Amino acid sequence: MVRILAFFVGLGFAGILLIALVLGLVDYAKEPPAETAEHEFYKHPKTLALASNGPFGQFDERQLQRGFQVYKEVCAVCHGMNLVSFRDLAALGYEEPEIKKIASDWAIEVPTVNPDTGEAMTRKAIASDRFPSPYPNETAARAANNNALPPDLSLIAKARHDGAAYVYSLLTGYSRQPAELLKKFPASKTTPGLHYNPYFPNLNLAMPPPLTSDGQVTFADGTPGTVDQAAKDVAAFLVWTAEPKLENRHRTGLAVLVFLIIATILGYLSYRNIWAEAKRKVVAKGPLDAENMAHREHAKGESGGIAG
Amino acid sequence: MSFAWAKPYQPKTELGRWFDDRLPLPRLVHGAVGGGYPVPRNLNYAWNFGVLSGIFLTIQIVTGIVLAMHYYASADGAFNSVEHIMRDVNAGWMLRYAHANGASFFFIVVYIHIFRGLFYGSYKAPRELIWMLGLVIYLLMMATAFMGYVLPWGQMSYWGAQVITGFFSAIPLVGEPIRVWLLGGYVPDQAALTRFFSLHYLLPFVIAGVVILHIWSLHIPGSGNPTGVDVRSEKDTLPFHPFYTAKDGWFAGLFLIFYAAVLFFAPNALGHPDNYIPANPLATPAHIVPEWYFLPFYAILKAFTLDFILPAKLWGVVAMFGSILLLFFLPWLDRSPVRSGHYRPVFKRFYLLLVVDVLILGWAGGATPTAAVVAISQLASAYYFAHFLIILPLISKFERPLPLPSSISASVLHGEKQESAPYGLAKTAPAAAE
Repeated sequence: MVRILAFFVGLGFAGILLIALVLGLVDYAKEPPAETAEHEFYKHPKTLALASNGPFGQFDERQLQRGFQVYKEVCAVCHGMNLVSFRDLAALGYEEPEIKKIASDWAIEVPTVNPDTGEAMTRKAIASDRFPSPYPNETAARAANNNALPPDLSLIAKARHDGAAYVYSLLTGYSRQPAELLKKFPASKTTPGLHYNPYFPNLNLAMPPPLTSDGQVTFADGTPGTVDQAAKDVAAFLVWTAEPKLENRHRTGLAVLVFLIIATILGYLSYRNIWAEAKRKVVAKGPLDAENMAHREHAKGESGGIAG
Repeated sequence: MSFAWAKPYQPKTELGRWFDDRLPLPRLVHGAVGGGYPVPRNLNYAWNFGVLSGIFLTIQIVTGIVLAMHYYASADGAFNSVEHIMRDVNAGWMLRYAHANGASFFFIVVYIHIFRGLFYGSYKAPRELIWMLGLVIYLLMMATAFMGYVLPWGQMSYWGAQVITGFFSAIPLVGEPIRVWLLGGYVPDQAALTRFFSLHYLLPFVIAGVVILHIWSLHIPGSGNPTGVDVRSEKDTLPFHPFYTAKDGWFAGLFLIFYAAVLFFAPNALGHPDNYIPANPLATPAHIVPEWYFLPFYAILKAFTLDFILPAKLWGVVAMFGSILLLFFLPWLDRSPVRSGHYRPVFKRFYLLLVVDVLILGWAGGATPTAAVVAISQLASAYYFAHFLIILPLISKFERPLPLPSSISASVLHGEKQESAPYGLAKTAPAAAE
């Protein structure tokens, strides 16, 4: 009974699926979906080799400092980081007085309340503040940016596929729209206020190119401030803001693996030891039995005799 | 418990005897996972995944309890409290990654455990209830994992909650009220988040309870084995301790190496980047996908594109739940008296096809739904239902199984005649006999 019922239920489900399959294919043959510019011209991120990549990767402190400089001079004009504090910069090798100075010199002040009147006002940032957004709220941010919202950058390297490589590719990927694209998809012409970038999923990005010319950023450590270098460094910096405990994670992981491997080897050896006799116990006699050993000696003697 | 030759617990010390007289807890452990539980001696490594499931349940409960001390179930604060755990709590990053990847590995282990059962006929008499209790555990795991994924209140959390609770609105007439009642509102918000947190904390302990029933019912007939032949004598078994504790022990170490490698070196590989974006009810992600372990079912859900009498969405939801519920009837769908797939040549081929089919469904569930992907998932879903509901009953009727070994110990010994023969002479033995 169960099986007869099951047979018909199965036939029902499979039947409906197969009908849907056929109808879907007929639809597809009649009216194949139109090709899209996104599908044809989207590019996957370029590869980006960072010191923090790989299982043993550690941050390159100087690169992070350069990346922070790019963030400070370029990105911070529009993007805040509400999960990262100024004092977290200690991890990049900045000393406490330096951090205090960075905070108080920060171009954007943080909102506060006037202690005398209770009115809203702003004050200079202190070390325990998070990196502030220049906009008081989302509406203000959209109003200032052609209705686009500059995202918070704290987690951006984990919130996009291929994180750091995506950031690097996007920053260096701005270009003119290819003539081919315009010829094939005239409707996909980038509208004013947007910027063509093949690394952005829909190819048109509201953010204007932030890094426009070599030398835009002058690095304190003498590294040439090319667009490519600045993009790499800020991508590395954003890996740190998204995952500040990365070095600790890699180090701990190594120790855990070493421990587990040793424990597993010891466990395996004791398993072999415990099981050594278990299989043979089924039969009364194994190869190490006195009787079999005697047979073996005897056999050896005989075969030796033949060879001789 | 199960066999006459099971060694009863014998306290070795005065204190042990005193304790055993008053509370026979050591006796219980001895009978459950100690020297008092005789296990077939021929188990292969597919049998290690039950104990591993228990290990991962423990990891999830322990890390989860500590995470709950720092997590804050508030629609405004949940996302940032998770980042607080990642950045400020001592070893918080390790706890969270251990928990998130622990869920994935729990599912990996349980899927292997289930497919072991499917191949070796572990659902057949007298083990039907063990199988069904296992399915209950699996359903509870799915509910727990789904609600846990909502807690960080990222974009995928939020929209996943939208989609999954949306299943209920497919039910005619009462669907929408049920959905609103479950969510405590028209869209996922504070009420939904708080109840999901409460249930996410509760369900693992319910799972632990059902696990006890699962193991209890296992100990009545005893463990199955790769030949599917019943245990006949003491020669066929070994005590669980030390033999299987040793085997499970080293293999758990091996498996934890893989777990640790993902946890420490690719902790976000199994997650979705969108969940690092705070939930935003006004911005729908381009592709809403569940966690990887739900993808085969998601593919079945999306495969129904045809409004055939009922709306396509309702078909999809019914089929998706049906795809799991039909497993409860497996003991009565597959009537072959032979348990192990090793002795069922036709079954073995279709079983392999099923494994490939489920992998294809998993891939199709995560892929961008182009016409080709939809067509493939329709074909694969059709096979899934046909396999369990049509093919399996037919095979069990017409297949001629291979001859079974006379006993477990005989099967272990297939090469052992040679082994016990004088060293180096086994191969020449027939010639010598002439």
